Amino acid sequence: MILGWLIVILIAGGLIAWPLARLHPLLSRLIALSAVTLDLALALVLATRDFGPGSTAGGGWREELDWSWIPQFGIHFHLGMDGLSFLLVLLTLFLGVVAVVVSWTEIATAVGFYHFNLLLILAGILGVLLSLDLFLFYFSWELMLVPMYFLISVWGRERRTHAAVKFFLFTQLSGLLMLIALLALYFAHHQATGIYTFEYQDLLGTPLDPHRAMWIMLGFLAAFAVKLPAFPFHTWLPDACAEASAASNLVLASLMAATAAYAMIRFLLPLFPEAVHTISPLMIVLAVIGILYSAILAFSQTNLMRLVAYASIGHLGFVLLGIFAGNSLALRGTVMTVIAHGVSIGALFLVAGAVEKRVQSREIDTMGGLWDTIPCLSGVGLFFALAALGLPGLGDFIGEFLILIGTYQAHIAAAAVAALGVLAATFYALRFVQYAFQGTNIHSWHLPDLAAHEGFVLGVLIAVLLWLGLYPQPVLQTLAQAASHAPALWR
Amino acid sequence: MLRLLWLVPAIPLASALALAVLRLSQKTVAWLGTCSITASSVISLLVSISFLNAPPASGAYTQILWRWFDVNGLRPEIALYLDPLSLVMMVVVAFVSFLIHLYSTEFMSGDDGYGRFFAYMNLFVGCMLTLVLANNLLLLYLGWEGVGLCSYLLIGFWYRDPANGRAGRKAFIVTRAGDTAMVIGLFLLFHDLGTLNIQDLMHRAVLQWPIGSSGALAAAFLLLSGAVGKSAQLPLQTWLPDAMAGPTPVSALIHAATMVTAGVYLIARTHTLYSLAPQAQFAAAVIGAATLLMAGFSALTQHDLKRVLAYSTISQIGYMFLALGVGAWPAAIFHFMTHAFFKALLFLGAGIVIESLGGEHDIFRMGGLRQKLPVTFWTFLVAGCSLAGLPLITAGAFSKGWIVWGAYSAANGSAELWVVALAGVFLTALYTFRMIFLVFFGQQNSQVTRKPGPAMVIPCLILAFLSIAGGYIRTPFASYLSTVLAWNPGITRSPSFGEMFSEAIVALVFFLGLCLAYVFFLRRRDYSTVLASSPAGSVLHRFWFSDWGMDWLYDHLFVRPVVWIAKVGKGDPIDGFYAGVGRLNEIAWRGLSLSQSGRLRWYAAAVAAGTIVLIGVVIFS
Repeated sequence: MILGWLIVILIAGGLIAWPLARLHPLLSRLIALSAVTLDLALALVLATRDFGPGSTAGGGWREELDWSWIPQFGIHFHLGMDGLSFLLVLLTLFLGVVAVVVSWTEIATAVGFYHFNLLLILAGILGVLLSLDLFLFYFSWELMLVPMYFLISVWGRERRTHAAVKFFLFTQLSGLLMLIALLALYFAHHQATGIYTFEYQDLLGTPLDPHRAMWIMLGFLAAFAVKLPAFPFHTWLPDACAEASAASNLVLASLMAATAAYAMIRFLLPLFPEAVHTISPLMIVLAVIGILYSAILAFSQTNLMRLVAYASIGHLGFVLLGIFAGNSLALRGTVMTVIAHGVSIGALFLVAGAVEKRVQSREIDTMGGLWDTIPCLSGVGLFFALAALGLPGLGDFIGEFLILIGTYQAHIAAAAVAALGVLAATFYALRFVQYAFQGTNIHSWHLPDLAAHEGFVLGVLIAVLLWLGLYPQPVLQTLAQAASHAPALWR
Repeated sequence: MLRLLWLVPAIPLASALALAVLRLSQKTVAWLGTCSITASSVISLLVSISFLNAPPASGAYTQILWRWFDVNGLRPEIALYLDPLSLVMMVVVAFVSFLIHLYSTEFMSGDDGYGRFFAYMNLFVGCMLTLVLANNLLLLYLGWEGVGLCSYLLIGFWYRDPANGRAGRKAFIVTRAGDTAMVIGLFLLFHDLGTLNIQDLMHRAVLQWPIGSSGALAAAFLLLSGAVGKSAQLPLQTWLPDAMAGPTPVSALIHAATMVTAGVYLIARTHTLYSLAPQAQFAAAVIGAATLLMAGFSALTQHDLKRVLAYSTISQIGYMFLALGVGAWPAAIFHFMTHAFFKALLFLGAGIVIESLGGEHDIFRMGGLRQKLPVTFWTFLVAGCSLAGLPLITAGAFSKGWIVWGAYSAANGSAELWVVALAGVFLTALYTFRMIFLVFFGQQNSQVTRKPGPAMVIPCLILAFLSIAGGYIRTPFASYLSTVLAWNPGITRSPSFGEMFSEAIVALVFFLGLCLAYVFFLRRRDYSTVLASSPAGSVLHRFWFSDWGMDWLYDHLFVRPVVWIAKVGKGDPIDGFYAGVGRLNEIAWRGLSLSQSGRLRWYAAAVAAGTIVLIGVVIFS
């Protein structure tokens, strides 16, 4: 039942926050903040109840909710949570709180509608992460789309319409392919068993001939690869990030990517193991190319948000590599990377946003010497740049190391070339630090340093990255619980 | 007492955090930043004494702090490992760090980044101690990258000048290129041997890999690449001379005494692996020999005092690699220790000289400072003699003579390597006394504006003492270290001359270099000018001055292509495809909108034409 509440609270919060902004924008912000915080608190309750030291070991869904929705078509409102989905739910709600807090001063127009959209996206993400019914999954997947479109097109910068339309077309078209694939799977299952069902557990064992399985798998993969985004379907992300606000970029790059990675691990790998195995060499090559390609492009960007977006694509290349490496070490590393990437890249977007707010520009050429005037923000920016370049001791390193060491077991060359991606990350991360913060303060800027709420949020993100880097065992432990659903993947 | 071991790296790390977060006055920063290192070095001494008095039964002490993570057989710990080798490293690192921090309190005073400086320096010491004490390669790698980071931060410490930032990035990226190979080595070791714990790795390697097997070779070469990058050896040495852009205490601590010797430590730590991979070990010897010569020639041509010392550092680490490569293991570690003393002292002295002349780096504009800075002169002279190897007295002579002897007599040694090592001794003496004569003797060219205070002089005096006294402990040092790192004698051949003979030749070569330096750079300066301006001389001079053209080569081979690709790719070529699809749609839209003209006749004609085509299709198909 608590799973249902998680989603309901967000939607209700959004619906209340929208009209309240007419009374006072602050009310809207407060409602949004309390809704997300309440959700986060509920999730933490679940953490102690289901994954704490006292909880019983073993597999299964730790929380489950199953309502009949459209029984004629075998559609259920079926939610379930295991270690994997729990970790990403926690990430979503944590970054959701962060997004609301940083929007406090950043968003000044249409505050109510903004929070409505933000909370609706979060609800959609939770739906994706918790659905055990593929129809509900598809529904939630699409639920994220429209509000995100508005976040870009209403609160974006100059070329926001172009960016929003591009985002919409990419995700909508790939989503359609998934819908077709989903229906094909649905009917294939009926053909084989005589039952119409969208139920995840039932569809898992659907017998498919390899040819058909490949096509259905490709339909799903299209949606997931675009959403991640994987090379060469990534080009909507830099455009969107260049235009959208920092908080939307956090949602866009950190959380949407998490849903895509999750969907691959939860649905793609167990539903079509043979097809995935067949296509994995191609995907590994694409992942490795993507890692190097995006690192080089990140190095050449002058728009700060674009630079971070390419950095994000590079990290997600590691995620893709880990998913298709066919190795459980790499798969665990993937989840670590998804979480750490969410925090570090999200934080880099926030830093870029904070810099933009102060110097009124996203262009790196116009900056320089910020360390003279805003040392705290500069130091924080340096920290997250170091996290992005994979410094040991911070979360990203653990994830990437596990992915690479896992990939090495089967694909030595891929691991070796991808390791060069870690080196290439140094190029753009240090360039970011050099151009934004170091050098001379040619404009003789006197800017306000971090405000209390910014400092608090970024400080918490720093602490989380250090924790993930120095003691990731709780995360990996929780993840181990997920193994019971697809033992072949995690062994 | 051993249980206090964790405090040795923890105190500097904690104080680095405090210095980074808190806003403190300069005085508090100085106290906190120096006291933390003092505490760390005192604890390291206490731990060492207790370790020496009552060594653990197994010969080593392991302190497990917590399990880092545990997945599918990969179970690294955050754990410290103390044995004679890491003990030596720990004590030297902590103690030299302490002296340099003390020096820095005065050297950096008045700088507006005072707190930042000490935060970075403390972080460096913490990472370096983690590196030497780590019980597994992953934790070692954490320290390894951590010191690289601090090196980057401190080279670019004066961030307002973009050139400093560039030097810092160069250092970080070049060393990280080596680290990438090293981390692939970690993957290989885990894949083949199933652990990253160093001692377990060595045991399993011996059991699993026959001598010269491909696994051992690959692993040894990959680790060697990391070591070569960090220790500025061929072909990755190009970052170190530029690293001199950082404040001088940084050059003393990071780019001379401690961090750059991490590669030496890594190879010594995994020496069992290198015994299984003789080719890799011999490669280390060849790299060391080549580096010590090349850097020696480069040092001979530099004008910048700190760059002379930088090339000298590269050259001396070349000696350590040579010692490792031939199997003279303890000699490498011994030379690390003496080098840490005299090279730190040389940099600290250079810092005083440069400061007192108002930031002058060019040795040809110095001169005659002997009277103005007497204490600095004498300590610098002691350190210089130690570097060049003044026989019987200085520590450097003991350690270097030992390596030269090893180059001939140890397992992989040969007459050729011995000759190279001797040539290195000659070069070292030549460039060292060139520097000393130009800086402290002859005409006084510029005014001394500032004199060093006690916080700067005392560390120099202590290091000067150690640069002499350190040599006399060679025999107990070797016997103590022999439990973990024994000299690997050549068994196949009997040497045709003894150690005494080798030492005598070293002494002879040293005096030869000294005399030549005296003639060329003090007595008859015009000789050296004539030599350098002769056609062949000037070509060689330029070639050596520019580090044998390697910077130029790398610039054209790597930097420019990458920058060019980045520049060309900035707009994302892949996006061109999608943009093309979009444009195609737009053209189709324009075309179709043309057809919707509102003219009834056109519509009727189109309907008719369409009907005819359809009928045609039906009939003819």
